[in-house]
Amino acid sequence: MTRKVAIVGIGYTGCRPLTAEVSYKELVYEAAVKAYEDAGLDPRRDVDSFVTVAEDFIEGTSIFDEYTPDQLGGMLKPNVTIPGEGIHGLATAYLQIASGLVDVVVVEAHSKASNVLTLPHITAYAMDPVYNRPLQANPIFIAGMEMNRYMWATGATQEQCAQVVVKNKRCALYNPTAAYGANLEIDDVLAAEMVAYPLGRQEISPHADGAVVLVLAAGEVAESLTDLPIWIRGIGWCNDAPSLETRGWGRAIYAEGAGKMAYQMAGIRNPMEEIDFAELDDTYAYKELQHLEALGFCQFGEAGILTAEGVTEPGGALPVNVSGGNLGCGHLLDAAGLRAVVEVVLQLRGEAGSHQLPDVETGLAFGWRGLPSTSGAVVILSN
Amino acid sequence: MMTAQIKEFPGVGLRESDFEQRKVLYTEWVPNARYAWDAGVAIGRYLAELKEGRLIGVRCRHCRRTVIPPRVFCEWCFRPMDEWVPLPDTGTVNTFSLCYVTWDMRRLTEPEIPAVIDIDGTHPPVGILHLLGEVEPQAVQIGMRVQAVWKPPEERTGSILDIRYFRPVREG
Repeated sequence: MTRKVAIVGIGYTGCRPLTAEVSYKELVYEAAVKAYEDAGLDPRRDVDSFVTVAEDFIEGTSIFDEYTPDQLGGMLKPNVTIPGEGIHGLATAYLQIASGLVDVVVVEAHSKASNVLTLPHITAYAMDPVYNRPLQANPIFIAGMEMNRYMWATGATQEQCAQVVVKNKRCALYNPTAAYGANLEIDDVLAAEMVAYPLGRQEISPHADGAVVLVLAAGEVAESLTDLPIWIRGIGWCNDAPSLETRGWGRAIYAEGAGKMAYQMAGIRNPMEEIDFAELDDTYAYKELQHLEALGFCQFGEAGILTAEGVTEPGGALPVNVSGGNLGCGHLLDAAGLRAVVEVVLQLRGEAGSHQLPDVETGLAFGWRGLPSTSGAVVILSN
Repeated sequence: MMTAQIKEFPGVGLRESDFEQRKVLYTEWVPNARYAWDAGVAIGRYLAELKEGRLIGVRCRHCRRTVIPPRVFCEWCFRPMDEWVPLPDTGTVNTFSLCYVTWDMRRLTEPEIPAVIDIDGTHPPVGILHLLGEVEPQAVQIGMRVQAVWKPPEERTGSILDIRYFRPVREG
């Protein structure tokens, strides 16, 4: 019998195009202080364990886990750093509590994307050094190929993909922590420069700087800390084959697997009926459509039509990325999924301000690890 | 133990020439990984002061400690630091080594002397990592009193290299 686990504190700096005024440690400290104030905890006294999600190649230092404790208040306590999507870190923290090992765990991820001067090169090192890298092609072509196959297989249109951009960037205008809100029309998106056919410039999430810190607690501890614990009802993660030659190109199979794991844990059979809203990875606009289908909100090939009909608008039957998503907020690298979790928690607490959804009880956040990966993680939360 | 019992390994070992002649899988890639780290409040001030030929630390009144290099928060109590504290450029060798290989693994006959120097005025004593100079390697001792040797102002760039090294203080 595993223990119940809740999110009891959130700290988030917001997304900003540049953060030249603070070091990455100072950025994380800002998020951490907010999270501990929100949870009503003293990290030096009350937190048992700390999980960071970070990638050495992006940070620019080897063994980055050596650098994590101070800015989280984690010195002289258990710390671990994993590479992955932020929600993989949430899963790691969840397991530490659910297993009975500890009661209060902090999970952190951050982005100083503005400091990485050669980010496309860093992405390129993720490609197979023997089979793929010698071609010296910018990895963005992978997104172009995937979008092409997805549209071919489903009949989804360029206009439907562009509608995702219009929706998410407009939502971002109502989220004060979003960096890239805009009031665009479909034609503006379609007229943008082509980057990797059929993927255009406006359909690619711009990067942002920011940090997210979450505090998780075991059931009885969570209830003593807050009247509004946000319960983790399901969590799951999954990988497709990484190979560019053999992976599934049309369907987001990794998201199907992650969703299956989380739904089984949460006892959810009909996501569209049982989940009120979702924050889904939209690193590239078509990804939101793929992930909608993979997570069982509709059949394969229906997401574009639902989007065109307004089902995923803030006032629709299933609001998707009401925060603005990665397209509107900015992409926080490894922290992107945790930013989505922050939005779900705010909505479930009724603290989302000018973009608050009415009467929401259950929300879902899904993070994708980014190019060239077929790796994703999902969490289902309820108030 | 296992390998010790094997008289002759099967197969043929790889030779240097096999790599040179590309007889085995060979791939070469020069990484282009460049970063421009934002120094932020604490490191930014530290580097700016170094450029002026000064050391600066910070104090946490709650923990009654003064530390260098500066940081905006105290990692002991997790509160913001209270004040900047100018510190002298003198200190005491906490520990040192005589290093006979360079960072890129060339052998040295005259060793480099990296040391942690507890800076005067810090409490409890904390140090900065630097090199010792103007001293015979065999004469260096833990507890030795040292002082920074600065580059001339026009050569300073806002870097820990604005200090060339620390040398023994000639007391009296």
